[in-house]
Amino acid sequence: MKAAVLVFPGINRERDMARTLRLVSGQEPAMVWQTDTELPKGTDLVVVPGGFSYGDYLRCGAIAARAPVMDAVRAFAAKGGLVLGVCNGFQILCEAGLLPGVLMRNAQLRFICRDVHLRVERSDTPFTRGYNAGQVIRVPVAHGEGNYIADGETIARLEGEGRVIFRYSSPDGMLDPNFNHNGAINGIAGIVSDKGNVLGMMPHPENHVEAALGSTDGRGLFAGVAEFLRAA
Amino acid sequence: MKARVTVTLKTGILDPQGKAIEGALRSLGIEGVTSVRQGKVFDIEVEGADAAQSEALLKQAADKLLANTVIENYRVEVVG
Repeated sequence: MKAAVLVFPGINRERDMARTLRLVSGQEPAMVWQTDTELPKGTDLVVVPGGFSYGDYLRCGAIAARAPVMDAVRAFAAKGGLVLGVCNGFQILCEAGLLPGVLMRNAQLRFICRDVHLRVERSDTPFTRGYNAGQVIRVPVAHGEGNYIADGETIARLEGEGRVIFRYSSPDGMLDPNFNHNGAINGIAGIVSDKGNVLGMMPHPENHVEAALGSTDGRGLFAGVAEFLRAA
Repeated sequence: MKARVTVTLKTGILDPQGKAIEGALRSLGIEGVTSVRQGKVFDIEVEGADAAQSEALLKQAADKLLANTVIENYRVEVVG
């Protein structure tokens, strides 16, 4: 795995992400500054980490999405390269047009910072091959704007094409408004692009990869990606 | 030229911030407010004196950055 972690001013989860990538794949990821116009040679995974790029000015992720490095990411994704956006990274990918829809202010207007349960909807993607379809994982969220929304046609297409990969659920995998922490439409926590190579998700799987931190449920995502890239 | 770009949420998009402001106005005893929708205003100065040109430029700015047209509408006014 030759991962590149993008860094923008105001991003603060890039080191957690790099640590997890190193831990799971055994390889050091490259940290790529936002004004770079090329990704390091041989990059096979681009990660857009969480944080508060540009202080969430204008709209979350809006300014980072227009940074020079994003043209390189767009070209990389167009060729089928794997891109993972977590939290602010998901917001950036939506603003950059790499994923549809937008993440609005949480319905309850509160910043949510806690563990949540996610139902893994599919196991046949490069990102979820480490899980079983229907499996419930416990990972943390930390966001104020995670309320996913898109127009009706887009939602119908996402659902019809099986592009909703993670949903907020109860610990036993039931979809219930009480467990839809931010009010996202259909409990959507993570979606993939039409070609399936770009994943955006609000929760932080990179923070649950070591037993010492209470759960290793996030590890399957990174281990699955590493395995997919080794096989490719 | 001076211009103003106003960005507002599209109809039907839930605006929890607007709702909270609406509630706060009610609790202040300001009666008769039936709805609040929050938006953004950008006051922008543009080179040159051609209003049509400035308007076209700012439409481009709004489409590319100032508004997210998935959820927002915008209006460009050249003030002069």
